[in-house]
Amino acid sequence: MGRLLILFAGAAAIVTVGAAVPAKQADKVMTLKSVHSFASIPDQRQRSLALFQEASKVITHARCMNCHPAGDRPAQGDDRHPHMPLVVRGVDNFGAIGMRCTTCHGPKNFDPAGVPGHPEWHLAPIEMAWVGKSLGEICEQIKDPARNGGKSMEELVHHMAEDSLVGWGWHPGKGRAPAPGTQKEFGELIKAWVDSGAVCPAT
Amino acid sequence: MIKLTVNGNPVEFDGDPSMPLLWFLRDEQGLTGTKFGCGIAQCGACTVHVNGEPRRSCVSPMETLDGADITTIEGAASKEVEAVRAAWIAHDVPQCGYCQSGQIMSAVGLLSLNPKPTDEDIDLAMTGNVCRCCTYHRIRTAIHDAAQRLEG
Amino acid sequence: MNIPLKASRRQFLQSSSALGLVIGFHLPLAGRALAAEPGGDFAPNAFIRIAPDNTVTAICKHIEFGQGPYTGVATILADELDADWGQMRVESAPADVKLYANAAFGIQGTGGSTAMASSWDQLRAAGAEARARIIAAAAKKWSVDPASITIGKGVVKDASGNSATFGELAELAQVTEVKGPFTPKQPDAWKLIGAAKLPKVDTVEKTNGKALYTIDVKMPDMLTCVIERPSRFNAKVKSFDATAALAVPGVKEVFAVPQGVAVLATGYWAAKNGREALKVEWDETGTEARSSEQIIKDYVDLAAKQGTVARNDGNADAAISGAAKVVEATYVFPYLAHAPMEPNNCVIHRTDDGGVELVFGSQLQTVDQQVAAAVLGLKPEQVKIKTLLAGGSFGRRATPAGDMAAEAAAVLKSAKHQGPIKVLWSREDDIKGGRYRPIFVHKLRGSVDKDGNISGWDQVIVGQSFMKGSPFEAGMIKDGIDQTMVEGASTLPYQIPNLRVSAHMADVGVPTLWWRSVGSTHTAFSTETFLDQLAEVAGVDPLEIRRKLLAKHPRHLGVLNLAAEKAGWGTPLPQGRARGLAVHESFKSFVAHVVEVSVGSDGLPKVERVVVAADCGVPINPDVITAQLEGGMGFGLSAAMFASVDLEDGRVVQSNFNDYRVLRINEMPDVEVHIVPSKENPTGIGEPGTPPIAPAIANAWAKLTGQHVFTLPFSHSAAKA
Repeated sequence: MGRLLILFAGAAAIVTVGAAVPAKQADKVMTLKSVHSFASIPDQRQRSLALFQEASKVITHARCMNCHPAGDRPAQGDDRHPHMPLVVRGVDNFGAIGMRCTTCHGPKNFDPAGVPGHPEWHLAPIEMAWVGKSLGEICEQIKDPARNGGKSMEELVHHMAEDSLVGWGWHPGKGRAPAPGTQKEFGELIKAWVDSGAVCPAT
Repeated sequence: MIKLTVNGNPVEFDGDPSMPLLWFLRDEQGLTGTKFGCGIAQCGACTVHVNGEPRRSCVSPMETLDGADITTIEGAASKEVEAVRAAWIAHDVPQCGYCQSGQIMSAVGLLSLNPKPTDEDIDLAMTGNVCRCCTYHRIRTAIHDAAQRLEG
Repeated sequence: MNIPLKASRRQFLQSSSALGLVIGFHLPLAGRALAAEPGGDFAPNAFIRIAPDNTVTAICKHIEFGQGPYTGVATILADELDADWGQMRVESAPADVKLYANAAFGIQGTGGSTAMASSWDQLRAAGAEARARIIAAAAKKWSVDPASITIGKGVVKDASGNSATFGELAELAQVTEVKGPFTPKQPDAWKLIGAAKLPKVDTVEKTNGKALYTIDVKMPDMLTCVIERPSRFNAKVKSFDATAALAVPGVKEVFAVPQGVAVLATGYWAAKNGREALKVEWDETGTEARSSEQIIKDYVDLAAKQGTVARNDGNADAAISGAAKVVEATYVFPYLAHAPMEPNNCVIHRTDDGGVELVFGSQLQTVDQQVAAAVLGLKPEQVKIKTLLAGGSFGRRATPAGDMAAEAAAVLKSAKHQGPIKVLWSREDDIKGGRYRPIFVHKLRGSVDKDGNISGWDQVIVGQSFMKGSPFEAGMIKDGIDQTMVEGASTLPYQIPNLRVSAHMADVGVPTLWWRSVGSTHTAFSTETFLDQLAEVAGVDPLEIRRKLLAKHPRHLGVLNLAAEKAGWGTPLPQGRARGLAVHESFKSFVAHVVEVSVGSDGLPKVERVVVAADCGVPINPDVITAQLEGGMGFGLSAAMFASVDLEDGRVVQSNFNDYRVLRINEMPDVEVHIVPSKENPTGIGEPGTPPIAPAIANAWAKLTGQHVFTLPFSHSAAKA
């Protein structure tokens, strides 16, 4: 707003990585293209890249990014503001002692208060941080067992397609935009990407 | 029928399954020490222990609590509770007092698992409990004091 | 440290032997009527009752919401009586303007940090009277010279070995008259007044869940009421459809009241769900439709011209126009919600004598009594007010129009239900419901002459008067100016030869109210940061310029110098930190803050340390004063950092603590408090701890970053820079 004589610009320099996925990039997309619609790309490498680009509409969505923070504190809301109140991952990604995820988050969404829930509600481990990274970096990380929770590609596909906490992203409750498409479509995209060589974007 | 235990007593509930525990405790069990402050898990005034761990009762629907063991400020009794109460009294922590049941339940939750918390441990455990009187300075002091009482 | 990753289910010990570590104070429980005690009491006046069981009950005419009057009145009376602290009890007084008017207002009520100041002489006299009659009763009983009788810790003795408790003498004291005047103790005889640490009377019940607040009141056949309110202030119900609401299990009635549409149900959850199922059409004719942004722009336009003059020393225009250096600044302050932890509420029920009783945290008891009576067509004496503990107020419960009493009475009046009704507000009702600290814009011009002296100061204040149209208008609006808008600026203590303060009172359709420290919430910020700017232009240290300009104000100087000394003003600080200070008088008390500030990880000021010095006259309960100064500082810090209620299209944007952000423990700085010893009469302490923190931080921030701050809160300033 037109507040006059405003103050301490520049004092709050926030360092960002230039190539990082910008917030909100994917949040307005509601649907996913089917695997079938990529069949017309003859080059397998290009097709794999395109499949990943499509799947990334989910990966870079607020529903996923909010709990894959680069630091200790998750974000919340479609605008990805810092989680309020202050919560941290703690030693096990389930929160600090005395202020666990389960202090507020139950086994299911509680829409009357707008509080999301899931039996396994927690933060992605720090090695799985996505915030501040480019799509290429996220892609390489997802494939790397050292940074994906020790998953083989097969297990990764299963995780993306079947894990119910991942699936929460499509059923986030009142006041939150769901991830685009469905978990099934997302799983199929990831499987097709893996089957086509799991090619990652350069950046 | 949802069956649960409140302060050691078996109780039953067959009303609106989405009703939060807070209102079951206050309106149906007469346990009014647990307070309503925000209704959306932002202030911590409604903190109770569910199966021994701090939980915001205002966002805990009854349907998720079948078989749960609930402890409220009225029923809280342990060496940590005693130490926290003694420290709270020694430092005259409460002002208006409205948030203090929740503050105490959170502090007990912290000390039960971390008997020697640092300032940072305290901040991270207690940041979900708002006190508009801003008794925070004394809360921090009292938790350290309670930790010492537990040691001694 | 070996900590399990997930907590195992804990075994709770059943033993409670150490619970309630006996300090031995008990609050009156609801239902215990003032006059319901059995015979044999000694009740010398409206403030003391001594029972045969040897308890001494102080009757407190002020509401207790954390600021400590229960402990304060008990301290004064116990000291005059030489009672034992363990025998003291406290009860809240009923509404009775003849017995319990606040000497500062003429009505019964709490506010303006007057509880102890206005009770001091009254309660010392009341205690002295009681003491004289107890001694006279003992002298009569033992047939001894009253001069031979002493009292210590509640035990009455004479030189020959007779001894009795207050309780044993109560019945006789009641029929023993003694002629006044009754001279209170001299300060050197005080044992409890000024004692460093006296346990508060209400602490134990506030640690075990037993303290009773309005929200906790339960009566047979009671229903809970929530009200659907308009999103534009003062909009009226055009029509509503309650079909779905009445289908919610537990919902009993739905009807319109002046405040909106009332839903009565068996409990809060049913009432809330019923309210959500309502369909209401509102008539928004004539309601305020501006955004905060537009209101501020309109105020900035108004501030370009001089307003109604509140103070005019010398010739500010001439001094500024001829000055060597001129500084100008425009300050913007947002709407602020009080957001006490216990949202608004009130229990109302019919009494056997055809009247009603309101049970709640009434802050202006006799206003609430009259308002409820008017709504219900009763005489004021048919309306009883029982004042309970309240979960904070910060000004919110002192509504000149008796808001909660009016609302509860309106609900009772329209309800078919004949039993008790508890009206509850949600937090969203509270944040969106109005009665905010008003928006203010200040325009300041100041000058420094060629010798480096501050020669001129012109301050124009634009805001909305919440006194206008209220029962307090006659007392608070003088010569066309609401004094609560300009206090702290029109009373600027600095010796500046040419000084003018003027104000514009704007009409805005947003309900506003006093908020902890009232005018000083904004005037302390503009005056104390503008002075620092002028000091910077003059090339003088902020402490030195204040010392010079406050030469005739010893109590300002006292707290300023004490805070500066304790904070080590002028000594080196670690890299990345700076100090700032501010001093301000409000409610006849004097408070200085020296802060140390760094740049936080979010780019906002991080307050590392606060040193507080205060002079509030005789410190009756030093630890309560310390607590008020700690908490008052935190309350001011909370607002300065984060708080703003914003209007878009006349509708409030924020709704709860997630977006109306308040201070949390991780944001609370280290704070140390120093109290200036004083023999002056006690003055306020609930509010004076709040004003200096925001300007002290801004002054430190300017030193640290070179950026002056003109807009609060800091979070808005940074986000919008």
